[in-house]
Amino acid sequence: MATSIKIRAKAKDGVTTVKALMTHPMETGLRKDKKTGNMIPAHFIQNVTAKHNGKEVLMAEWGGSVSKNPYLSFKFEGGAKGDEVEISWTDNKGGSDSDTAQIK
Amino acid sequence: MNTSMKRRVFLKRSLSASTLGVAVGAGLLSPQAILAAWNEASFQAKSEKDAIASAMGDASTTASEDITIKAPDIAENGAVVPVAVKASIADVTSIAMLVEKNGTPMSAIFNLPKGTMADVSTRLKMGKTGDVIAVVKAGGKLYSARKSVKVTIGGCGG
Repeated sequence: MATSIKIRAKAKDGVTTVKALMTHPMETGLRKDKKTGNMIPAHFIQNVTAKHNGKEVLMAEWGGSVSKNPYLSFKFEGGAKGDEVEISWTDNKGGSDSDTAQIK
Repeated sequence: MNTSMKRRVFLKRSLSASTLGVAVGAGLLSPQAILAAWNEASFQAKSEKDAIASAMGDASTTASEDITIKAPDIAENGAVVPVAVKASIADVTSIAMLVEKNGTPMSAIFNLPKGTMADVSTRLKMGKTGDVIAVVKAGGKLYSARKSVKVTIGGCGG
């Protein structure tokens, strides 16, 4: 069971609002490790995909300048209580995660 | 792993990559279906103009008052600046967020299928005081808006 994504999806007046919080270091690759003096390698989410009942509702491309533990919010038409919203991400190191939540 | 095994893995990998290329060329795979597509050119561009051109196909945009950028006037922590972009324009297909004074301005590109509203929000890192820029592609045309954000503590961990 994935734990790096928290999703809240709410349907109201024909529009579903989705808010998600992801756990990820989002390193730009420009920071230096103060202890070793070495550059901390870039490690950030590059793609985020959101689906509603299996249909894509958002495809986002991110760079290292999205904040650490990224927040995302978006809205789409439709969606009913109980429908599934899935959010998945992949990062520049080949890491990925995915989670689903029901619309409230 | 001996050399011949390595060669097989290498060939297998490059073959699958080129198969993907052939499939796209043949129109069998639409660009939206390639989930791992990431606009390297845009995210590595050092100028606002190049970043927009790489993301949207053109660098010139029309300033629009139908785009609202919600971001703090003063960001106390440049590492976490909430930015929300809303556009009341028909047929928005993508929204890009740029941070003018970051070394690589392109920060986020949101591709919106039909039915998804032009109303997205995230948090960005801002290295110093400057504009947050929103570029909206709607009906094949490009629109933009800017908002100045004062940054008291820079957000790039310098």
